[in-house]
Amino acid sequence: MKQVLDLLRREARLSPREIADRLGISEPAAAAAVRKLEDDGVIVGYQALVRPDKADDGRLTGIIEVKVTPERNRGFDAIARRIYEFPEVKLCYLVSGGYDLLVFVEGDSLRDVADFVAEKLATLEHVTSTTTHFILRKYKESGVKLVDSAAADRLPVSP
Amino acid sequence: MTEAMSSRARVARVVAGLKPSGIREFFDLVMSMDNLVTLGVGEPDFVTPWTIRESAMFALEHGKTSYTSNWGILELRESIADYVTRRFSVTYDPTCEILPTVGGSQGYDLILRAIIDPGDEVILHTPCYVAYEPMILLAGGVPVAVETSFDEGFRLDPRRLAARVTAKTKAILLNYPSNPTGTTFDRATLQAIADVAQEHDLILLSDEIYAELTYNGAHTSVAALPGARERTVVISGFSKAWAMTGWRIGYLAGPPDLIRAACRIHQYSMLCCPILSQLAALEALRSGGEPMREMVEKYEQRRRVIVTGLNEVGLPCHLPDGAFYAFPSIASTGLTSAQFCRKLLVEERVAIVPGSAFGAGGEGHVRCAYAASFDTIQRALEGIDRLMRRL
Repeated sequence: MKQVLDLLRREARLSPREIADRLGISEPAAAAAVRKLEDDGVIVGYQALVRPDKADDGRLTGIIEVKVTPERNRGFDAIARRIYEFPEVKLCYLVSGGYDLLVFVEGDSLRDVADFVAEKLATLEHVTSTTTHFILRKYKESGVKLVDSAAADRLPVSP
Repeated sequence: MTEAMSSRARVARVVAGLKPSGIREFFDLVMSMDNLVTLGVGEPDFVTPWTIRESAMFALEHGKTSYTSNWGILELRESIADYVTRRFSVTYDPTCEILPTVGGSQGYDLILRAIIDPGDEVILHTPCYVAYEPMILLAGGVPVAVETSFDEGFRLDPRRLAARVTAKTKAILLNYPSNPTGTTFDRATLQAIADVAQEHDLILLSDEIYAELTYNGAHTSVAALPGARERTVVISGFSKAWAMTGWRIGYLAGPPDLIRAACRIHQYSMLCCPILSQLAALEALRSGGEPMREMVEKYEQRRRVIVTGLNEVGLPCHLPDGAFYAFPSIASTGLTSAQFCRKLLVEERVAIVPGSAFGAGGEGHVRCAYAASFDTIQRALEGIDRLMRRL
């Protein structure tokens, strides 16, 4: 099961047949393992990794550091939920360090993101401050490089 | 004087006498084509792990550009000794039993020259790596081939090996896991070979460059077996396991008299290995374990995919124990390996290597290197499938 998960973490589109061939298990066993990972909620989705410069759809991502005051009895979870339920929020982590929540907000323009932060995030009760950084270029995401790199020029044949 | 010179052959007899590699013409044809799908490459498709490259850049920035001792950097030798003890349970004294070499290639050149007197015989098992026989000949020795076959899974029968021992036999050259067959030798086989060596007082030269790329259980080094260490020189290196072919860095490990003899040649012919490569190798042993295991895991998965695929398209193939080569039989096609590979190259633009390149027993097979991406392996299999349907 762990081996199947390790494969899908890197190559989500592998078919049960391909998984079976690589791991030396039967195709039904591979299909069952994938289904179980999905049913158990270990795997919650599959998405394409996209290079923003190539997709060129003008999407913009702001990274927002959010400081909050945790609520009595409910810690950070309640305020985190108030934030991550917005569809504009693509990523939301509780982190250690100089701020509490790390939030990625996606929008069609700088204005979109800035407005969202100013109107929705910063105004939330318990949010004490926000700092916004805009992503200028993505070099690597989920372990995959998002830039062109020259292919290694091996000889086509060698003993 | 000039006339006397011109009447003599300019190239030494032993060099002129080296058989022109049967696949030179094929290799030239491959080189002349582009847009190939290639499973013809005997080296990792991975780039050297970043941690190793980064440490070499750091070393260069800090002016590490000088000679080292003939014996190489002591810290590297100590690190190799630790590694070999940890992985293969053999202990070596880093001051006189380990010699860094310019790739495994220089390793067997040195050790062959160090032990061979003119006419001495070296027994080797074939099909084998293309350089062994020429290197033995260049050292003044006589290669004696013990052929292994597809039917026996290219395993070496120690009795047939023993039958080839003569009064002139000096050494036995082993390679496991093997290029091109991927076969490795189990402990019992190695012990029987070591016993033959002991009985006839022979040196064992053990090329274990693919040791880390062993997929069925752990690699056994013949040097770890009772009675073998004092007569065994292990030839290994960093090229395959750490994807460091271009760095040309390997090592010899063995008893001090033989390693000192090898170093005596090394000090005059090479002086020392490039310092940057030595430092990179040191880093590979320090921090390259995890990236190496990731590459090995990939090879293991590709191995299953290619062997399944080759058998499905009608080329019977054993599941190799190690290295990154599949060596299927093409006997059913009725073609020679050179004909098959040429057709595959010209008609499907897929490059693999004719088995005839690898000496006795290689004909009737082809070598498909799975040091290639899944996509490349898949496209190569599709090309082979189309060719097989036309034959």
